[in-house]
Amino acid sequence: MRAVITVLGTDRVGIIAMVSTTLAEASVNILDITQTIMQNIFTMIMVVDIAQANISFEELGQRLNANGEALGLQIHLQREDIFNSMHRI
Amino acid sequence: MINQHEILETINMISHENLDIRTITLGISLADCAHPDMANLCQRIYDKVVRVANNLVRTSEDIEREYGIPIINKRIAVTPISLVAAPANGDYVKVALALDQAAAELGVNFIGGYSALVHKGYTLGDERLIASIPATLAATKRVCASVNVATTKAGINMDAVAQMGRVIRHSAELTAADGSIGCAKLVVFANAPEDNPFMAGAFHGVGEPESVLNVGVSGPGVIARTLQKLGPGANFTELAELIKKAAFKITRMGQLVGTETSRRLGVPFGVVDLSLAPTPAVGDSVALILEEMGLERCGAPGTTAALALLNDAVKKGGIMASSHVGGLSGSFIPVSEDAGMVAAVAAGALSLEKLEAMTCVCSVGLDMIAVPGDTPDYTISAIIADEVAIGMVNNKTTAVRIIPVIGKQAGDAVEFGGLLGQAVVMPVNRFSSQDFVARGGRIPAPIHSLRN
Repeated sequence: MRAVITVLGTDRVGIIAMVSTTLAEASVNILDITQTIMQNIFTMIMVVDIAQANISFEELGQRLNANGEALGLQIHLQREDIFNSMHRI
Repeated sequence: MINQHEILETINMISHENLDIRTITLGISLADCAHPDMANLCQRIYDKVVRVANNLVRTSEDIEREYGIPIINKRIAVTPISLVAAPANGDYVKVALALDQAAAELGVNFIGGYSALVHKGYTLGDERLIASIPATLAATKRVCASVNVATTKAGINMDAVAQMGRVIRHSAELTAADGSIGCAKLVVFANAPEDNPFMAGAFHGVGEPESVLNVGVSGPGVIARTLQKLGPGANFTELAELIKKAAFKITRMGQLVGTETSRRLGVPFGVVDLSLAPTPAVGDSVALILEEMGLERCGAPGTTAALALLNDAVKKGGIMASSHVGGLSGSFIPVSEDAGMVAAVAAGALSLEKLEAMTCVCSVGLDMIAVPGDTPDYTISAIIADEVAIGMVNNKTTAVRIIPVIGKQAGDAVEFGGLLGQAVVMPVNRFSSQDFVARGGRIPAPIHSLRN
């Protein structure tokens, strides 16, 4: 199952490191990363495969949120279907 | 592959424009619960509701987390209790208490179906149920009642219309200490749909399966923001196109969440209700959309035309996004639940008569309207008669959810709390309709009801 992780916040050292470490610990594979600064906001979007994850979807979301909050970031973890459903016919 | 812009658009709709799934409503047939003994009947109803809806809230919460989309209300609709309780003699309030207890146990905020369909006349069950509505609304927190008094096929049952004026007044008096909130849980319908997921008018119709999941989406905030971005120079063709596209996206979300929830619950998926349902949250307002179209205030001349465009564009955008569409499917204009409507009433821009005109081109009717506490029952009945006549003649659903707030005068503010919002008491025409309502009988169905 694929999911989309969106990270929004102020740019600083270690954001990608934190997110990818959290994912690696959970055995979540990163399929795609795009990252940009939009209107001074750090914006990173990752597509990940959570099929082999060693923790539940809920727990992964909680870990990302907790680690994100420590760096002042807003992190969303959502199943990919919601974007496909909304933007593709 | 989904691009960055699309992902951020979705997240922005949810985080900043109040996009949400307004309600997931599980319809449950109680036909097999009927029993002549009241205690036995109540136990059977309680047991069945709790058994069938056991996983509703937990599953909805899982889906909220996984998709990152809020599901505001999880609700239950049951077979009209006037049918289920028909074999039992005694006080129907006991049935309502069983429903209330089941809803509390399951963690759902409303359970609908304390209902009777009397557009052509009353059964014994209908009589007992309607007589018990005021006591039920006062004794329960979560039970919603509805009565269908008219259809395009059958005409208007004016005896029922007259009685509902008295029932509404009595409900207001019994809950006077809480802003007459009992009336916020009671809807009088013409052409009531059998698969409506929205409260207070949801019930599980007799043509429905054993159980079914229906979804109501929201998103006035998304539409309003879309129009803001378009700016004042755009013409109505451009406006309608943009609303259709936004409605498509909103509805696809409802379709996805509905089908996934029904799959996990093992319950067939019913319909997506394509209604634009506002909330008291700032910006999540149908009035704001109308004002974005160029009206100084909702209620100004042009409001009905603006609403007609909005209502139609939402349906056109939504219909392709869902496999089956049903329920009420139209823009809601519940006054107290829409901060823009409340402001328009307070400013003197929006009157009861203008709202009545607006209901000709949208769903659902005169909804969540506070009127002075001394409004006579026959005036309430006559307001109902006008509104259901619009539904009957135009072959559409209309409804009245009106609250005579005991002790309040026109212009006073009333707080209902939560999603029910707050209202400003609206003035009502003071000329009498007493002799009109007292006639009783039935207003015949219109000629165009004969379509065969």
